Amino acid sequence: MDDAKLKSIIEKHDRDPANLLAILMDIQKEERWLPKETLKALAAEMNLPLARVYALATFFAAFSLKPRGKHLCTVCMGTACHVRGAPRLVDHIQREFDVLAGNTTADMKLTLETVNCVGACALGPLVIVDGEYHGNMNAGKMDRVLKPIKQE
Amino acid sequence: MANRIKSVSDLEVYRKKLLAARDPKRKTVAICTSGCTAYGSMKLNTAFREELRRRGLEQKIDIKLTGCHGYCERGPLVVIHPAGIFYQRVKVEDVPQIIERTLLKDELVESLLFKDADGKPCPHEDDVPFYKHQMRVLLANNSRLDPTSLDDYIALGGYQSLAKALSKHTPEALVKLIKDSGLRGRGGGGFPAGVKWESCRKAPSADGVRYIICNADEGDPGAFMDRAVMEGNPHLVLEGMIIGAFAIGHPGDPRGYIYIRNEYPLAVERVGIALQQAREYGLLGKDILGTGFSFDIKVNKGGGAFVCGESTALMASIEGDVGEPRAKHIHTVEQGLYDKPTNLNNVETWANVPLILERGLEWFTGIGTGDVKDNPWGGSKGTKIFALVGKVNNTGLVEVPMGASLRDIIFKIGGGIIGGKKFKAVQTGGPSGGCLPDSLLDMTVDFDKLSEAGSMMGSGGMIVMDESTCMVDVARYFLHFLAEESCGKCVTCREGLVQLCVIVDRICAGQGKAGDLELLEELGNTVADASLCALGQTAPNPLRSTIRYFREEYERHIRDKRCPAKVCKALITFSINDKCTGCTICAKKCPQSCISGEKKKLHTIDQSKCIKCGVCNDVCNFDAVSVE
Ligand SMILES: Cc1cc2nc3c(=O)[nH]c(=O)nc-3n(C[C@H](O)[C@H](O)[C@H](O)COP(=O)(O)O)c2cc1C
Ligand code: SF4
Ligand code: SF4
Ligand code: SF4
Ligand code: FES
Ligand code: FES
Repeated sequence: MDDAKLKSIIEKHDRDPANLLAILMDIQKEERWLPKETLKALAAEMNLPLARVYALATFFAAFSLKPRGKHLCTVCMGTACHVRGAPRLVDHIQREFDVLAGNTTADMKLTLETVNCVGACALGPLVIVDGEYHGNMNAGKMDRVLKPIKQE
Repeated sequence: MANRIKSVSDLEVYRKKLLAARDPKRKTVAICTSGCTAYGSMKLNTAFREELRRRGLEQKIDIKLTGCHGYCERGPLVVIHPAGIFYQRVKVEDVPQIIERTLLKDELVESLLFKDADGKPCPHEDDVPFYKHQMRVLLANNSRLDPTSLDDYIALGGYQSLAKALSKHTPEALVKLIKDSGLRGRGGGGFPAGVKWESCRKAPSADGVRYIICNADEGDPGAFMDRAVMEGNPHLVLEGMIIGAFAIGHPGDPRGYIYIRNEYPLAVERVGIALQQAREYGLLGKDILGTGFSFDIKVNKGGGAFVCGESTALMASIEGDVGEPRAKHIHTVEQGLYDKPTNLNNVETWANVPLILERGLEWFTGIGTGDVKDNPWGGSKGTKIFALVGKVNNTGLVEVPMGASLRDIIFKIGGGIIGGKKFKAVQTGGPSGGCLPDSLLDMTVDFDKLSEAGSMMGSGGMIVMDESTCMVDVARYFLHFLAEESCGKCVTCREGLVQLCVIVDRICAGQGKAGDLELLEELGNTVADASLCALGQTAPNPLRSTIRYFREEYERHIRDKRCPAKVCKALITFSINDKCTGCTICAKKCPQSCISGEKKKLHTIDQSKCIKCGVCNDVCNFDAVSVE
């Protein structure tokens, strides 16, 4: 992330360390992950110890400290989705794309992540692919949704 | 500002003006765009708009994008007002018909109506069994109002309670009212809200600053009540908070925060819009309704940490720190956020406040269990929203009076178990709660009864489990969840939970030993006793409750190395029985290619390669795969 962009994000949040979480969110929104160089620049710009920035970045599940792939597939592993078969769905995607949850395929095409609940529990198992929500998923439907990505 | 409402009486004038300008017969299409987006409800929105434009009707018929209507299982849901016609599982192809027949000719599209058990079509929400047995107060307007329209909320009587509070009550009287109402916190612990308000009001603050916080972190997996209220009726929450700020912090300098979980982008958006509008109308900010009372609210987004729902961790997170709880020997009502007196309540708790003012004490105390007259802990009053999910037919949001029975909720409203299977347990209270067996189905649900049974009200998640759910696996699931979410501050929680996971993992892997259950109980007690916050203190609950009610299932795992629910992979085997027709489908789909056999002949599985993924069982059309 270039300096000007980083500065504008920091300014947007009044340079206030209390807004560090929101600043990190905005950086991740731009970059899709939190690159080390950017976090260093952020700490320097805000005059904060780098450890403070990393404390937040590693504490919260929302942040990724590794580059994400072109597409993002997030499977809900909340209780409601769990009892309706989410673990088997993750197994299935892991096999189909040869990637373990929390990681990205070798060709950087797809990142597979899990989440604790997205609040659509009545429609579980729930999967979000590139921002689009899909309810009542099973292996077959999953294949259909992920087919365009696979064929890319 | 143009829209600013300058006084309490102007609010009523403005409301009358709104109503006069509105045609009560005007047709409106209300589409759920909350969770139903996962069933494509945004495509319905586009389809309706295009079709109305094509027919030149876009000025005559309104479309409202609403929050969750409750009966999510039947989504996408569409309600046609003012008649209140309830259409379920609506598809894009149905849109022209709905416009042609229902909107233009007032006819029903029968195929889209819900049919009850006798096949009788139910044209309105109230005819549908799922809704009939509920008492929808907090959720009443979710299908009626556009959550991005403050005018909609005002037209339905919104902010009248605030006007009443500011003009007819003293702050002290409001605190007393909430105390007398017996309203207990909906976020988990059931602490009486009025008692908390009173302590916070009384706590000294040199500069008059008091923080009023709404906990919208909704961390319980499987629960989405708060999401539905915020996305469906955000002003109800704001109104409650503003009344609370007046009651707790006036005269003084009350300041507000709403802490919303990161996984709810739509709630963040809708609450943001609502705050903006409330400021424009003079209902928030400086000199609210011309009364001289000032209060504003800021939104903070979480970062996906369960522990941040805990009050002190949440406050640390607002201050920009990692969300680690602190000891509460100094109460947050005295020294909370930035060491100021702080009053934190859950979304649903706040949403109850305007209703109590609007309908009165007697109405509220008339609903629910027990007697709160002289003791705010004496009962559970009002309604409670539950997220009814899992293996139940009618999944969705259910609002019932406190004291409804589990059986009524799961069977009468929920329509029983999917596929006619046998009910096994219901999990309430999220990771701090427990699993209740069928022998407790007639138990009435309130704060105290659930705790007595070894579970918790929690925030209101109700996850129904059937015979194919393994209770050891459920305990294992929660232990891993909590071990992952522990902030790491206390050794017992950080390390103890990991050790509990190791033992339960071992049991599920077929390596359980005699004495494991005793070890689990003992270690669980230590974690509960020696941890700082309620995450650790309640962490053993899912484990304890499953051991208490499903001990035999644990013993089958440990002693016989069998998983009766056929879930734990190490304890089951897949084999092909003589119903096999040799159709070869399973052999083609098996990811391990470990099924062999000739076409039209019995197939067999090479057990040494099988990873027990269950695919063969899923694809076989002849019931020829046995799981033992
Ligand atoms: C680990 C943990 C997570 C919690 N998560 C939430 C939550 O997501 N939402 C919530 O309202 N309360 C949550 N609570 C309870 C809060 O600490 C607090 O008691 C509650 O928000 C107070 O509001 P109420 O009195 O209106 O219920 C949590 C508590 C713990 C220990
Ligand atoms: S009990 Fe667990 S979550 Fe709570 S403060 Fe201790 S380590 Fe953190
Ligand atoms: S799918 Fe069923 S019937 Fe077909 S070969 Fe496999 S076990 Fe036999
Ligand atoms: S369970 Fe999976 S791996 Fe085993 S035989 Fe069936 S399809 Fe193959
Ligand atoms: S449990 Fe999956 S969306 Fe809530
Ligand atoms: S999410 Fe649409 S009705 Fe509940």
